[in-house]
Amino acid sequence: MLKNYIKIAFKVFLRRKFFTGISLFAIGFTLMVLMVATAFFDQIFGPFPPEKKLDRTLGIFFLRLKGPNSQSSSPPGYALLDASARNLPGVEKASFFTVPGIAYSYWKGEKIKSFLKRTDGEFWEILEFDFIEGGPYTRDDEHNANFVAVINQSTRKRFFNDESALGRDIEVDGQRFRVVGVVKDVSILRIVPFADIWVPISTSKTDAYRKQLGGGFWAMLLARSAADFSAIKEEYRSRLTQVEFPNPEEFNEATSGAETFFEFISRMASPDQTKNHPGMLLAVIVTLMVVFMILPTVNLVNLNVSRIMERASEIGVRKAFGASSLTLVGQFVVENVLLTLAGGVIGFIGTLLALAGLESSGLIPYAEFYLNYRIFLYGLALAVFFGLLSGVYPAWKMSRLHPVQALKGGSR
Amino acid sequence: MAGTNLAVNEDLKSDTDLQKENIMIQLDGVEKVYRTDRIETVALTNINLSVKEGEFISIMGPSGSGKSTLLNVIGLLDVPTAGSLELSGKPVTSYKDRHLARIRNEEIGFIFQTFHLINDLSVVDNVEIPLLYRKMSNSERRKRALRALDRVGLNSRVHHFPSQLSGGQQQRVAIARAIAGNPRVLLADEPTGNLDSQMGDEILEILKDLNREEKTTVVMVTHDPRQAEKTERIVRLFDGRQVN
Ligand SMILES: Nc1ncnc2c1ncn2[C@@H]1O[C@H](COP(=O)(O)OP(=O)(O)O)[C@@H](O)[C@H]1O
Ligand SMILES: [Mg+2]
Repeated sequence: MLKNYIKIAFKVFLRRKFFTGISLFAIGFTLMVLMVATAFFDQIFGPFPPEKKLDRTLGIFFLRLKGPNSQSSSPPGYALLDASARNLPGVEKASFFTVPGIAYSYWKGEKIKSFLKRTDGEFWEILEFDFIEGGPYTRDDEHNANFVAVINQSTRKRFFNDESALGRDIEVDGQRFRVVGVVKDVSILRIVPFADIWVPISTSKTDAYRKQLGGGFWAMLLARSAADFSAIKEEYRSRLTQVEFPNPEEFNEATSGAETFFEFISRMASPDQTKNHPGMLLAVIVTLMVVFMILPTVNLVNLNVSRIMERASEIGVRKAFGASSLTLVGQFVVENVLLTLAGGVIGFIGTLLALAGLESSGLIPYAEFYLNYRIFLYGLALAVFFGLLSGVYPAWKMSRLHPVQALKGGSR
Repeated sequence: MAGTNLAVNEDLKSDTDLQKENIMIQLDGVEKVYRTDRIETVALTNINLSVKEGEFISIMGPSGSGKSTLLNVIGLLDVPTAGSLELSGKPVTSYKDRHLARIRNEEIGFIFQTFHLINDLSVVDNVEIPLLYRKMSNSERRKRALRALDRVGLNSRVHHFPSQLSGGQQQRVAIARAIAGNPRVLLADEPTGNLDSQMGDEILEILKDLNREEKTTVVMVTHDPRQAEKTERIVRLFDGRQVN
């Protein structure tokens, strides 16, 4: 029976090229936008290399300091992390590193702009970078303040014209570093690992950072498993109450949290940034997507209703010759799901093109979108959902038609 | 004593069975009332009709006298408000959608005044429609559809679309569709009403052939007394009542 439904559907599509074309375009476009959005989402939050262990990683991205007369929000400072985020129970490894900053190099008469990140040795142990040559610097390099650097592929190209960079010196922000490793580019959307040049924290020009409670640093905590998350969060929060404030007149209270990146984004998106609301952010995103889908769905439902009513006499004929209502619902739903699946294919192709266009436009540095199986499955689910949503109601309505009325053309 | 009673009963039973075997359509006290908001239209009143297997009858009457309604009730497209209906000796007791769909599919073939072919489908696909709702292979389906088209003399137009055919040809496709599943009853509602008289005569000849050769029972609504004369019996309706 299904084979026949499909056969009939194809015949109808071919005979109604205009309708089919319009529907395919509408469905394809909608699915494309949703899939591009998903690809973005996946790019930001999905467990990609080098952040392969994202499912058991927490970060500390945010600090609010409060005093009698003032308050300030910033990334945490090294001193605060050093005092509160080391040796948390359930944490396998912790890494501290600076937020990416812009640094300039003067190189062979040219000014080169790069993103610089200063990190500890654990950074390279937690993250799984793809090394093209050499390797990472180590905890010892950080301990001994060795002037060594890891650079990415694009930076190697800028400085060394794609030749091997191992052992060669680069100048960044007035300091010289010896290159020990070259990694593949990491997208700017992966803000934790992202940089052009990575160097040890201890090579900073001054050691003022060692005393600062607020400013300039993030932390990454690799938990033994996600089950340890709540204990880690709890312990970190309680340690914050014991922070010693060098100048209590200015600040005497610290609010921060160990959280996933999604929780962090939800904190930034909420008006009161002292709490994260990941559930709410997710709800907002899902709502937006649903709202975005409603319009084309309603359109498609309308299109389907009028298309089906146009075919009222066909329905009458099929009923007269032995089709039950259920059979007809089946036929029309299959027709519609096929149509949306075809639209889904168009959406996939559109998504591929759009993402390739985005990558080559250079709007998002080093972005590398993949249509991985998550996006594929999500797109497939969307297409089927879309097809059922827009097909079932018209099919049901149509199947209720009285055969005699249907033969007369479906009025009333 | 019990033994003789039993014998008598069995005699009686086989006697009625014999009668029923010959009766294809039996209507007793059938009534059809259409109710819309406040208006009630009585379309059929107290119709008692029996049509024997292999009979070819015509139904005549002025416009609005209930001819189509009667045909739709016989064909299970419409539910009578009162009265009972038997098809080949089996009373129709359930008006559940699935049940009716099966009887329509197996026992009845419809032919309409305006043909009602599906324009999106080719001629042969149209003819296959009743067979789609039966379990059979695609090749068997195609074979039967082609045989039916052959029967109405249209085997050269198999892959045309309805809009590429003349009215007479379209009605022949519709007849092929109606007979593709070998139904025992053909119900034709003014099958020649949209055709000129020559084409109309051709269509009537095809129906008469089918009736003669396949013993198919035919009930035909017509306005044309000339055509009605050529059938075995005429049932006349006036205002939803039988008149004789
Ligand atoms: N669906 C309906 N709703 C209300 N009245 C109807 C409906 N169908 C038919 N009728 C009425 O029933 C009567 C018989 O109609 P019909 O059987 O079509 O007549 P005929 O086929 O003899 O011209 C007419 O008065 C018609 O208006
Ligand atoms: Mg009529």
